[in-house]
Amino acid sequence: MSTPATMAQKILAAHAERESVQPGELIDVRADLVLANDITAPIAITEFEKLGVDRVFDPARIALVPDHFAPNKDIKSAEQCRALREFARRYGIVHYYEVGRMGIEHALLPEQGLVLPGDVVVGADSHTCTYGAVGAFATGMGSTDIAVAMATGRIWMRVPETIRFIYRGALRPWVRGKDLILYTIGLIGVEGARYQVMEFTGPAIAALSMDSRFTMANMAIEAGAKAGLFGVDEKTLAYVAERATRPYTVYASDPEAPYAQTIEIDVSAIEPQVAFPHLPSNAKPISQVGNIPIDQAVIGSCTNGRWEDLVEAATILKGRKVHPNVRCIIIPGTQALYLRAVKEGLAEAFVEAGAVFSTPTCGPCLGGHMGVLAAGERCVSTTNRNFVGRMGHVESEVYLASPAIAAASAVLGRIAGPDEL
Amino acid sequence: MTIRGRAWKYGDNVDTDAIIPARYLNMSTEAELAPHCMEDIDPSFAKRVQRGDILVAGKNFGCGSSREHAPLALKGAGVSCVIAETFARIFYRNAINIGLPILECPEAVRATQTGHTLEVDLATGTIRNLDTGQTFQATPYPPFMLELIAAGGLIPYTRQRLARGG
Repeated sequence: MSTPATMAQKILAAHAERESVQPGELIDVRADLVLANDITAPIAITEFEKLGVDRVFDPARIALVPDHFAPNKDIKSAEQCRALREFARRYGIVHYYEVGRMGIEHALLPEQGLVLPGDVVVGADSHTCTYGAVGAFATGMGSTDIAVAMATGRIWMRVPETIRFIYRGALRPWVRGKDLILYTIGLIGVEGARYQVMEFTGPAIAALSMDSRFTMANMAIEAGAKAGLFGVDEKTLAYVAERATRPYTVYASDPEAPYAQTIEIDVSAIEPQVAFPHLPSNAKPISQVGNIPIDQAVIGSCTNGRWEDLVEAATILKGRKVHPNVRCIIIPGTQALYLRAVKEGLAEAFVEAGAVFSTPTCGPCLGGHMGVLAAGERCVSTTNRNFVGRMGHVESEVYLASPAIAAASAVLGRIAGPDEL
Repeated sequence: MTIRGRAWKYGDNVDTDAIIPARYLNMSTEAELAPHCMEDIDPSFAKRVQRGDILVAGKNFGCGSSREHAPLALKGAGVSCVIAETFARIFYRNAINIGLPILECPEAVRATQTGHTLEVDLATGTIRNLDTGQTFQATPYPPFMLELIAAGGLIPYTRQRLARGG
């Protein structure tokens, strides 16, 4: 009879070829997938070349996605994307996604079936934790870590403790994963789960769509977490069944697992949330926002660029017009979502409303392109960070919210919920 | 190894967008990034910082993105060491991996002001404030981290390991 363990411990033990691992231990872990993008790969490639190896550990277990400043926003970005492309060709990287076939990495990889339950995934991008939604232990690292992982397929990790969140109750209208995670980060703070795993459990989570789960796992990093994990249920299995091309293992936390802490949350009390500048933890319920006029609304990103998000935005924007003072920019996460939005009439609803409907890119989320803010401008955004200068000028402001809030705000010209339409 | 430098003090949650704004991530060398280090929270920092200076900060230093550009920018700007109450985990890894010394020591942070001169013994984690005469002890590194640091970072460490066939 083995000692009770969390899902995170079990996945890490299996990937360290160990019977069990304990929080705090430093272990050497095998990665199922290694990821980098156009911003982090150039440094990773430079460091990889210092290792003196002539091949990657497995060309089929590395994903390279030019998504941040792609399609190339300027000459320097073009050079970075070229470095990524040339590395991919030289080493025969199977999962390199060129512009026109790519998507925002954390929307794309799950959609393509590249991340599966029980995997360890390491990526040179902090939002790699998104894959916790399918029950994978996925975590962001820097370029040098990823260089080593690309060469050896292994990387060091400190075994984290786990905080268990139990969500109960019925969701209010318009409340989705984004609101739950903003509320949770507001509760524990931006370092409330530093070095730890956030495990999202409870009946309200079981009722949540996969897209909402991706949104929640995605923002675990904004509480400082190493990973955000969901148990694998019928919804997860249905999601991966139509995508997986290799076997996978389902792990579950034991009921008596050694959680560092358990936090219970009644979701029936949670309104749609808005995180004020300049921390994701500055969350307020929509009823307490007051009159905040906006210049821009962004709907997209690795946080909220999935199908449920686009449908939510279209439901609100269809037959309405974006406010004359507002630029509304809608960015689907992947080419497949883009095409579906065109076929099912969402793209038409967006354009008829007076919104931009863009090719997939991280673009404005990190002030790259496709919606950079000027001094004094204010944006309501479905992205994940509202730090000073995150989306442009140091004196601009970002308010984080769900697609429903962002779409309603785009119509009303101020931060507001769909109930006010 | 002993470091001596002037302190620059900042508050809690200094994020990676503050350390190096994303608009400069179309570049990736220390030399290119250094002139923009800390630009959005302290526009004069990159001009005034001197080689060997020490950055002192509150909780959760380096939170946010995984960009290794953040410790690279600090290193390029001449920062010799970062002392914080706590570090965000990806920044912590990145700094160790590229050989930027970092120490966790809340007491030293609280007792330090911008302009103080600090002396840091990296081997022992001892921090001396030469202006106040106080001495502090940083949280010790686990043995594995010491190995990484001694090797000069993750790349030389991995090269050694690969050479041994391990």
